Amino acid sequence: MSENQNLLEIKDLSVQYVTVDGTVHAVENLNLTLKAGETLGLVGETGAGKTTTVKAVMGILPTPPAKVPNGEIIFDGRALNRLSAKEMRKIRGKQISMIFQDPMTSLNPVMTVGEQIEEAIRLHNRISRREAAKRACDMLETVGIKAERAGDYPHQFSGGMKQRVVIAMALACSPKLLIADEPTTALDVTIQAQVLELMKRLKNDMNTSMIMITHDLGIVAEICDRVAIMYAGEIVESGTREHIFHRAAHPYTQGLFGCIPNMLDEECRLIPIQGMMPDPTDLPEGCRFRPRCPHACDRCAQGAPLIEIEPGHQVKCVLCEKEA
Amino acid sequence: MKQEQHTPYKKRSQMQEIARRFVRNKQAVVGLIMLMILILAAILAPVIAPYDPLKQDLLHRLKAPSAEHIMGTDELGRDIFSRILYGARISMTVGLIAVSISCVTGCVLGAIAGYYGGMLDNVIMRASDILMAIPSILLNISIVAALGSGLQNVMIAIGISSIPGYCRIMRASILSLRDQEFVEASRAAGAGSFYIIYHHILPNCLAPLIVQATLRIGSAILSCASMSFIGLGIVPPTPEWGAMLSSGREFLRDAPHLTTFPGLAIMFAVFAMNLMGDGLRDALDPKLKN
Repeated sequence: MSENQNLLEIKDLSVQYVTVDGTVHAVENLNLTLKAGETLGLVGETGAGKTTTVKAVMGILPTPPAKVPNGEIIFDGRALNRLSAKEMRKIRGKQISMIFQDPMTSLNPVMTVGEQIEEAIRLHNRISRREAAKRACDMLETVGIKAERAGDYPHQFSGGMKQRVVIAMALACSPKLLIADEPTTALDVTIQAQVLELMKRLKNDMNTSMIMITHDLGIVAEICDRVAIMYAGEIVESGTREHIFHRAAHPYTQGLFGCIPNMLDEECRLIPIQGMMPDPTDLPEGCRFRPRCPHACDRCAQGAPLIEIEPGHQVKCVLCEKEA
Repeated sequence: MKQEQHTPYKKRSQMQEIARRFVRNKQAVVGLIMLMILILAAILAPVIAPYDPLKQDLLHRLKAPSAEHIMGTDELGRDIFSRILYGARISMTVGLIAVSISCVTGCVLGAIAGYYGGMLDNVIMRASDILMAIPSILLNISIVAALGSGLQNVMIAIGISSIPGYCRIMRASILSLRDQEFVEASRAAGAGSFYIIYHHILPNCLAPLIVQATLRIGSAILSCASMSFIGLGIVPPTPEWGAMLSSGREFLRDAPHLTTFPGLAIMFAVFAMNLMGDGLRDALDPKLKN
């Protein structure tokens, strides 16, 4: 694969949750690309549709309420949403794997951690138990846990170590794409730093691409190459880390940065974004951020397409239209 | 080095762990020993029993316990000790088979209800609610009345009446486990539905099921005894603890040993099962380590 080819391409993806109380438009017409070896940060508030987007990529949306009316997910040249369940199972875990938010609940309490890493290996490789166990031990050592602890149960590990085990499981088959769904939210700050460092190192060693879901801009600054900001099921701004951190153009992104305390200035109060996320069953017309936006004007009611304001930096806001 | 074993790491298997924890629990071990005694007694009944359990000896009726008959004789001069040994066979059979019937049926129904949900869930669970609403002894009596008495039908009746318990346990476990993150994680790792049910969901709900099953063996023995006691269970000449109690009832005043020993045997069996069940519950929980 050449350097500039996209490993993952999401085109016009929409996901809806159909419930008795109305249809939730969790994700709407979302476009996203990820190059090989790149780390993309997917940032947004709770309920912005970040997890729904990646679950759609993995094909593990709970299908009775969830519906994907349109959109295409192209991974490594194959349209994932057209694959059969069986073909998809071969991709999950082997090519794309996922780290879940809470390490406390994402390990099976009645299986040893060794067995659980073995499982990930044996599901995709025809190798003997012994060989799989050996590789499971190697994986544990890679994430910094002594191999002799493979026979222990998850409750004998601390939170940070459990997350290391989860990372070991996710990377056991050397996937091309690793999706991390807020991998450090449940951990305390010192452990967060260790786990992030570990993920960064392993990602580089294995040449894996990564989608990092987070609502912590600090994490983004630390490990992401590119950033996409999501709001109410849409990407409102995307660009490189420098674009977002130095030249944020969308009022929502600017608002997010206003919520971070600055070490250099003496600030008494942070500037929050006014209001709440819109009700996902009843989204506002046009720009979804309009009700909360300090710069809202009449033109916002029509909404704006994603416009490229500089190479690789796209913004979905009418304010940027005139500049472009 | 520890590493030079079968597998590269020291694998503490589930079974070994459970056995280790079980052995530490004194009550559980006592229960297990009692159960072993019962099973041995049932298997070795022809060897141990001093007399034929069916042989009548009208000259030695209602004899109190003595060196000759350690538990005395009944109203037809049959040796009570021999009859209790043979009775253990029936009680063990009833306990195991009745529990197997209800456990397997209940688990399958509960798993279907829990995993698929919706209409099917409703139908299965309402049917089991109906079964639960009827007192079990009444249900047993009506099933036996419909099928006719006899060992086989008693086992079926007892089996059917305890299906709802397993059904509910299984459904509840599956419901709580189905949306757990580790199940989702396994799906994300590429596992199929069957694999997930078998490897992740089932082992996690095994503990309450095994406990329920062991405790239920005790109550199945009790149910069988009570069915025999009211005359709907085992047909008379066959030695069965409940039937022995029932026939000894008339001689309660003059020959209390006729009812005491079968009663003690029932108590022994149920007690053994309950101790075992409690011990297993503790042993099966990997978090309860001490």
